[in-house]
Amino acid sequence: MDQLFVNLKHWVVVLMPLSWQPLVSALISVAAIIAVFAALFALTTILERKGLGRIQNRYGPNRVGPFGVLQPVADGLKAMTKEDIVPRAADKVVHFIAPLVLVIPVFLALAVVPVGRNMVAVDLDGGVLFFFAVGAATELAVFMAGWSSRNKYSLLGAMRAIAQMISYEVPLILSAVTVIMIVGSLSTTKIVGAQAGFSGWLPNWFVLTPWGLAGFILFMIAAAAESNRSPFDLPEGESEIIAGYYIEYSGFKFALFFLGEYIGLFAVSGLAITLFLGGWRAPLPFLTWIPSYVWFFTKLFGLIALFIWVRGTLPRLRMDQLMNFAWKFMLPMALVNLLTAGVWHFMEPGFARWAVCLLLVLGPYIMLGRSLFVQRHLSKRTYRYAE
Amino acid sequence: MTVSFAILAIITIASAIAAMTLRNLVHCALALVGAFAGLAALYLQLDAQFVGFAQVLVYVGAVAILIVFAILLTGGSEPPKQPVFSASWCVGGGVAIAVFGVLAWTIHSSHALTEGLPTITQTSVRQIGDQLMTKYILPLEVIGLLLTAALIGAVIIAMKEERTK
Repeated sequence: MDQLFVNLKHWVVVLMPLSWQPLVSALISVAAIIAVFAALFALTTILERKGLGRIQNRYGPNRVGPFGVLQPVADGLKAMTKEDIVPRAADKVVHFIAPLVLVIPVFLALAVVPVGRNMVAVDLDGGVLFFFAVGAATELAVFMAGWSSRNKYSLLGAMRAIAQMISYEVPLILSAVTVIMIVGSLSTTKIVGAQAGFSGWLPNWFVLTPWGLAGFILFMIAAAAESNRSPFDLPEGESEIIAGYYIEYSGFKFALFFLGEYIGLFAVSGLAITLFLGGWRAPLPFLTWIPSYVWFFTKLFGLIALFIWVRGTLPRLRMDQLMNFAWKFMLPMALVNLLTAGVWHFMEPGFARWAVCLLLVLGPYIMLGRSLFVQRHLSKRTYRYAE
Repeated sequence: MTVSFAILAIITIASAIAAMTLRNLVHCALALVGAFAGLAALYLQLDAQFVGFAQVLVYVGAVAILIVFAILLTGGSEPPKQPVFSASWCVGGGVAIAVFGVLAWTIHSSHALTEGLPTITQTSVRQIGDQLMTKYILPLEVIGLLLTAALIGAVIIAMKEERTK
């Protein structure tokens, strides 16, 4: 059962003539990634709208199909049949290419995420490096969309998006580097392999170590910022700059931006699962009979639920708060975490290692938080009104 | 010369030519990104995974954004009025031919050509990391120091000057 899809693919590939086999194997992997994650995107949009509706004390979509579950189908049909409007002043070629440049890299990034035992499209020696390299290409797509629309709002949105993505890429990569240091490999399958086994009842996941927990939290905050999720959704900022860089996109191109954003969210969540949450491994020893891909997608849905919850709960940050948080808090914490991972690696296993590493994480956290709080000069809020 | 090399080379050269000849500076920058990506693909074709990914991460991810920001902040995004081919073009062409000649002569006279091809070894990211941390530790640290100095310099230039009372 665990190797069902791997065997199925092998069975299809063997049927082909020998010279076709590598091509067919690659095509099947690509088709599986696109089909599964696009379906997951449709499912997530309805879950998100329903979840946000619950949080905001309303129903959410409930008209198409039972309980509104067919809403994504209606949305997809609407997006495909809508007129594609391109502004007259827009740069036609760049305007057309931008959504493609956004969608292709995020799908590429999924190729190195292992979704189950032996279930990774390409097992690269530098898998994590590949992930961040293709992730960097999305910044350019955002710029292309914002600039080519010839709209001040969309250019402002693109500038905000790029500033935010560059700032949060640093803590994102630095928090991932801790895992690479401990494992000693950039390959995603080796990182999952290093988290195998159980100590007592608990799995050997990196999130259950002091540096891993801090790294996971930093990674998730930076991931939310990288994928422009609330509370870091300034680039869209519906109430300020309407919809940011994709304001001039309509119909299917808008749907592609929407798709790219969600697939990017899945990809970065998948990497978080791979790095910190043990990949496709079961959380408890007696649950290992459940297939590996079920565990991966359960964890993925857990992280998506977390993102939806955060989106429904937290208000949007201001630009200066965003930058201060990235450079004055996230970056120092990520660097301290790097040091902690080094100490963890070289100390003897035992209680002393736990205590020292916990102190190394918590001490800077409290001191940094306190000092930043003092610098704010917080006092009672004063209001000024127009006379 | 394989088919994939030919395709990648054509894409890279075409983007590089587009980067030089297009009128709009932002288009030039985007074409330059195409050339960077083509180079990265060529590195990957040579089985140099680390260099290829680093090329994408640094050039497509960071340098391209830097160029684009510089163009937008200096107001050069409007296409120029004068034609692309100016009088100084022939001087530039002469300099280019001279540089090409020197490089070609150096490569032709170097003894690397006579030694023959080295045996191909699969270089992993781990080996590169080991080399960087042992043999090339001093250059690495010097580059780190240089970049830090540049960063501090940029911050000082951009910092608002406090008026002394």
